[in-house]
Amino acid sequence: MAEPTVFRAEGIGKSYPGVRANDDVSFAVRPGEIHALLGENGAGKSTLVKMIYGLVRPDEGRMFLLDAPHAPHDPRAARAAGVAMVFQHFSLFDALTVAENIALGMENPPPRRELAARITQVSHDFGLPLNPARRIVTLSAGERQRVEIIRCLLQNPRLLIMDEPTSVLTPQEAELLFATLRKLAEAGTAILYISHKLEEIRAHCDRATILRHGRVVESCDPRAHSARDLAAMMVGGQMRQIDRSGRQAGEVLLEVRGLSMPAPDAEGTALKDIALTLRAGEILGIGGVAGNGQEELLAALSGEVASRPGTVTLVAADLSAKGPEPRRVAGLLAAPEDRLGHAAVPDFSLIENTLLTAGARKGLVRRGLIDHAAARDYALAVIRDFDVRTPGPHVAARALSGGNLQKFVIGREVMQSPRVLVVNQPTWGVDAGAAAAVRQSLLDLARRGAGVIVISQDLDELLELSDRFCALNEGRLSPPVPTEGLTLDRIGLMLGGAHGMEEARI
Amino acid sequence: MMIDPLSVFLLLLGASTPILFAALGELVVERAGVLNLGVEGMMITGALAGFGAAYSTGNPFLGFLVAACAGAAISMLFAALTQVFLANQVASGLALTLFGLGLAAMLGKPFEGVRAPAMPAGPLRINWIVWLGLVMVPLVWWFLNRTRSGLILRAVGENHEAAHALGYNIRLTRLAAIAFGGAMAGVGGAFISIATVLQWTEGMTAGAGWIALAIVVFSNWTAPGVLAGAWLFGGVTVLQLRLQAAGVAVPVQLLSMAPYLATIIVLVAISARQKFSRRAGTGAPGSLGTNFHALR
Repeated sequence: MAEPTVFRAEGIGKSYPGVRANDDVSFAVRPGEIHALLGENGAGKSTLVKMIYGLVRPDEGRMFLLDAPHAPHDPRAARAAGVAMVFQHFSLFDALTVAENIALGMENPPPRRELAARITQVSHDFGLPLNPARRIVTLSAGERQRVEIIRCLLQNPRLLIMDEPTSVLTPQEAELLFATLRKLAEAGTAILYISHKLEEIRAHCDRATILRHGRVVESCDPRAHSARDLAAMMVGGQMRQIDRSGRQAGEVLLEVRGLSMPAPDAEGTALKDIALTLRAGEILGIGGVAGNGQEELLAALSGEVASRPGTVTLVAADLSAKGPEPRRVAGLLAAPEDRLGHAAVPDFSLIENTLLTAGARKGLVRRGLIDHAAARDYALAVIRDFDVRTPGPHVAARALSGGNLQKFVIGREVMQSPRVLVVNQPTWGVDAGAAAAVRQSLLDLARRGAGVIVISQDLDELLELSDRFCALNEGRLSPPVPTEGLTLDRIGLMLGGAHGMEEARI
Repeated sequence: MMIDPLSVFLLLLGASTPILFAALGELVVERAGVLNLGVEGMMITGALAGFGAAYSTGNPFLGFLVAACAGAAISMLFAALTQVFLANQVASGLALTLFGLGLAAMLGKPFEGVRAPAMPAGPLRINWIVWLGLVMVPLVWWFLNRTRSGLILRAVGENHEAAHALGYNIRLTRLAAIAFGGAMAGVGGAFISIATVLQWTEGMTAGAGWIALAIVVFSNWTAPGVLAGAWLFGGVTVLQLRLQAAGVAVPVQLLSMAPYLATIIVLVAISARQKFSRRAGTGAPGSLGTNFHALR
């Protein structure tokens, strides 16, 4: 090989019991390159980068960093060799300060005062201002990510791995992140960038390696392909076209007026004077960066938290003081974000999980007794109609993959024919095929005359599904705008812009 | 009624020392994310081992050393269960307490009715071990907040997933913390048998281990808070003894209850404050009481 590489993998393989996570994976990252690693959930991206970072050991194959063999036995060895990583789920310590968090990610941190000065300096240079004495709990998601990035930058890495870094950022914040990455790349750092946001990768990455079922299926220049092509490579077949036709807005179903609520706990967000109307056959999209009141809004609509009289009205019936069960009976259903633990009980079977929300509307409970046959039939119907891949309805919810459980959770609500359905993050962490199925089921539900509210952080999803769009920012809901002709840029501004980030100065 | 503040304070120092040691040890254990409910069992083990060694050799200081080793040794039983076999921490801790109490009662028979050797008084005629306990407070604080090892220990207790992702050894850190907690509980227990009661009786720690656990919560997981909690408890204990001696017309049982009642009231007050104040959370370590298993 004549071309210099920063990192090279040759024939990497890794198996877990019952799963071949990686199989004969080879690729190379050149200096100054932003290299995308693309693939569906479960395609083996995370396992691969964990091996590079020393968290997991490969079963076979070899890795090279700067042409020297790279076989770190733990992350500290990987860091010493020049690999840094920003994790998908933040690897931060909430109760500790910014400086302490950064010190933990370094091999030989300087004394406290010197470290604080260097953090201030570097964060300023890269346009990511940070106060080293702040505790992590007090920081926003965007600020937390800055901490992770600064922690990496202070080590002058040769290879920087970023695992889905933009999922918690507004489009403007993501732009600034890429400006920073581009500058780093120009300074010679190679960047390995994991994402499934295709447009983002097309706009910013120099090369893409696409994984499917643990194997490399394609290595290409993402700018030379359309997002549709890239998706087809990821999935290994054509994507289903979403059908939006045949819907028209009818009478007003749900009306929310002056809904205010204090934050449920120290990390929560207070809802401030929320107002919205939802018509039959309409899909209202609510966008926003995580932690701006999404969960609180869902709780207020589903009935987990009661609100002042007159704030939540379903077709002239005031439901403000009612709990989830009366609201379900009235036709207001909800599917929360967290599949395991909130929408479904992990250790309950699928049959038992149907009883939790469909008991009353589907007549699965009579005089306080469970009609087991009816519950089983309903669970089977959801499994059949929503193509949930499971050995049977007796399987525990936690045994299903994320996509399959999500299809089940959404299906359980949709098949109760609600008048209004509220969903939060309906396709979060779900593979592309299941996501398309979930989205289509929401559109079909609206076509049959129900009102649907989709709360999501995936802006492409909101643009695809919704008729009108509202932004949720620090617990306030913007007035709705028609989705027709709305651009990502405009949405970004509605979501509060860049939250105080600045352009890198080096 | 004759209650001289200085003498009450000196008595308070003595009464608070066993729980101060045990609670400081448990503080470090809990900051590493481990909930060891076996403090009582480790204390009684230390009380017996320390007394036995001091009586046999005639050297009380050797007794405390042996007590520390015995406490650490028996804590390794808990460590093996929870860190190697990933057993439930609450159940394992309770088992350790019951096991320690039973074992000490059985092995302690030969030492019943004999007297501990006299201890030389330390500076200001205050016991050396009392001084050691007072020195341990800033030492533990300094270790937790100012050293790299302390930072790693807190990181492990706060979020073991993230600490593992950064390459720190969760199991080793927790084993070390548990051993330290065991040694401290052992010394605390030995203080009761060697320096306070001067003899061995079955079950002589009388719930001090449970009070130590409560004081760690009371302290909001800080070393100065542990000292305050230990002194509060020690103070109430001494006061009720004084009131009894002075013949106050209150049933003895009520007075004996007072320290425990005070602990309950303070704990309720603390959690009420945390519930109604809008400030961020409690000081409880994020991973407290949960086991960690890494997939490699």
